[in-house]
Amino acid sequence: MHLIGSTIFETIDYWANTLTNPTWLFPISIVLLILSLRYAHVWTRPPIAIGIGVFLAALVAYSCMDWPGVDHSQFRESITKADNLPIIIILTLLYITYWISLRKASLNDARIAQGKPPLEASEKSRKVLVWPDLVYTELIAMVVCTAILILWSVAVPAPIEEPANIARTPNPSKAPWYFLGLQELLVYFDPWLAGVVLPGLIMVGLIAIPYVDRNPKGNGYYTLRERKMAIFVFLFGFLILWVLQVFLGTFLRGPGWNFFGVYEYWDHNKIEPLENIDISEIFYVNILGGYEPDSVWVRELPGIALVIIYMTVLPLVIARTVGKKMFRELGAIRFGIVVNLALIMAAVPLKMVARWLFNLKYVVNLDIPEINLNI
Amino acid sequence: MLKKVSDYLRGTQVWKSIFRHGPPTTARNRAMVMLANVFLHLHPVRARSSGIRLSFTWCMGGLTFFLFLVEAVTGILLMFYYRPVAASAYTDIMALREDVPLGIMREIHRWGAHLMVITVWLHMFRVFMTGSYKPPREFNWGIGVVLLVLTLLLSFTGYLLPWDQLAIWAVTVGTNMARAHPVIGHEGPLEGILKFEDVDFVTSGNDIRYALLAGRFVGEATLLRFYVLHCIAVPVMAMVLMAVHFWRVRKDGGISGPL
Repeated sequence: MHLIGSTIFETIDYWANTLTNPTWLFPISIVLLILSLRYAHVWTRPPIAIGIGVFLAALVAYSCMDWPGVDHSQFRESITKADNLPIIIILTLLYITYWISLRKASLNDARIAQGKPPLEASEKSRKVLVWPDLVYTELIAMVVCTAILILWSVAVPAPIEEPANIARTPNPSKAPWYFLGLQELLVYFDPWLAGVVLPGLIMVGLIAIPYVDRNPKGNGYYTLRERKMAIFVFLFGFLILWVLQVFLGTFLRGPGWNFFGVYEYWDHNKIEPLENIDISEIFYVNILGGYEPDSVWVRELPGIALVIIYMTVLPLVIARTVGKKMFRELGAIRFGIVVNLALIMAAVPLKMVARWLFNLKYVVNLDIPEINLNI
Repeated sequence: MLKKVSDYLRGTQVWKSIFRHGPPTTARNRAMVMLANVFLHLHPVRARSSGIRLSFTWCMGGLTFFLFLVEAVTGILLMFYYRPVAASAYTDIMALREDVPLGIMREIHRWGAHLMVITVWLHMFRVFMTGSYKPPREFNWGIGVVLLVLTLLLSFTGYLLPWDQLAIWAVTVGTNMARAHPVIGHEGPLEGILKFEDVDFVTSGNDIRYALLAGRFVGEATLLRFYVLHCIAVPVMAMVLMAVHFWRVRKDGGISGPL
């Protein structure tokens, strides 16, 4: 790979492949998320938002075609795969709905800043008959939905591959697209966390939202300014830790679950060296310059201490410092739940970064047969 | 002429026995439509104009329910032609493709299922962005989260049924995580605590993954198990929870709006 290709297209491809690597993709997406919220009142204005949409569509069209010196057949193959169409649809719809919700939120925020009620409240007292106003809307929505579904079904036959054969493992073998976020977590966490504990906590965390979000504002209308923190945390989880991982798992993970740049050919022989090390090695060997102790418990002490500090001391520190106001508003129990859930959520990107920076494999690795617990 | 026929029809005893009110042209009759029809009765008679705006709700909740009905209808049709045994599952699916002219039932079922996952995500997204989970709707948000999970489970259990390479390997990948379930998965952490001297109580032959797959790997018994879950168990659970969900939308004050 060279920094500057012989044609402009090669250069573009090189940068596209580099920047779609998770080490770049995640920081860039997080920055984009923050900017899109911070400057929602600017970019959501229809001409700009539509312009961005057209640009993104053009980018996809560009990526589907071959250009002098570059071959985009891998991208074309991924994007035209029948089972990947739903992902294109949800990404498109998410852009549109994200735009609509932030547009409405910034309009409402501007009104609230002037002391006026949100748009939804200005017609609060106006009640209309459900027949015809709502029933007709629903009917049209159903007809449109049916039409789309029939067209889609006529145009794209439901895929069917070779008969099931337990003796022949396809590579890569991927989970259904909506679970790809969990499969991506398997890169960084062992299955008991990625497949059992974290999905369970996602459910618990989602159900807990209304009980820990005690902010009475922003109930029943779009707003950004009145509930900045709640919206950021939710969107971080939904867009970055879930939808982005679906995108990554579909388009950027090839044979052997190796990473491939967006235009890169899926080479079955690509081998990525795995030289991951545990925190015990970093602590005893790299920092202290000695050897790892023989006793598992002693060896894992730094990791265990780190986890305990992260889950118990850190919440206390937060309660005393940056989260003082929050602690007062929520009370000890709610605060404990919300901070611990947030810390576990934050642990996912933290471990990713630790992997990229220090090749970290496990924080705790209790490989005693009866316990077999690692984090 | 048409007016005459329609007036005549509306005057017949049969028509009057079905629709107990006049045409929905007056405010009174429009209210009557909503009250007298068991299906429309899901809705209130009147609603806040800001709440029913398409740009406010995106109609995603309603479309999710509609797609559930589409899946139920096409699913029943597919059940006529599909046998959940390893010897015929794949050939039955192939027959649907090869032998049925213009057959798109499997397509509608499959793409509809994907679409339902999409609409249910966007519904959750909208409900969050409008803060509609806030009091008094906290409980209904929780029901919604469970319904979201059931939607994913419905789609996941259906994934196996075509019995092709995609099906068994996607399900193998998806269920492999269960073997690492703490305590009750045979490769999970703390699995060893359920051990008495030399007798291991959690093995690959009785752990949570075995219960899910009805075997040590995805096989014929798994196919039947997923078929029953897909066609009976999960849809029934989803229907019960949907009833609760819709009921609570009404009881908690209808579509949300500023307090």
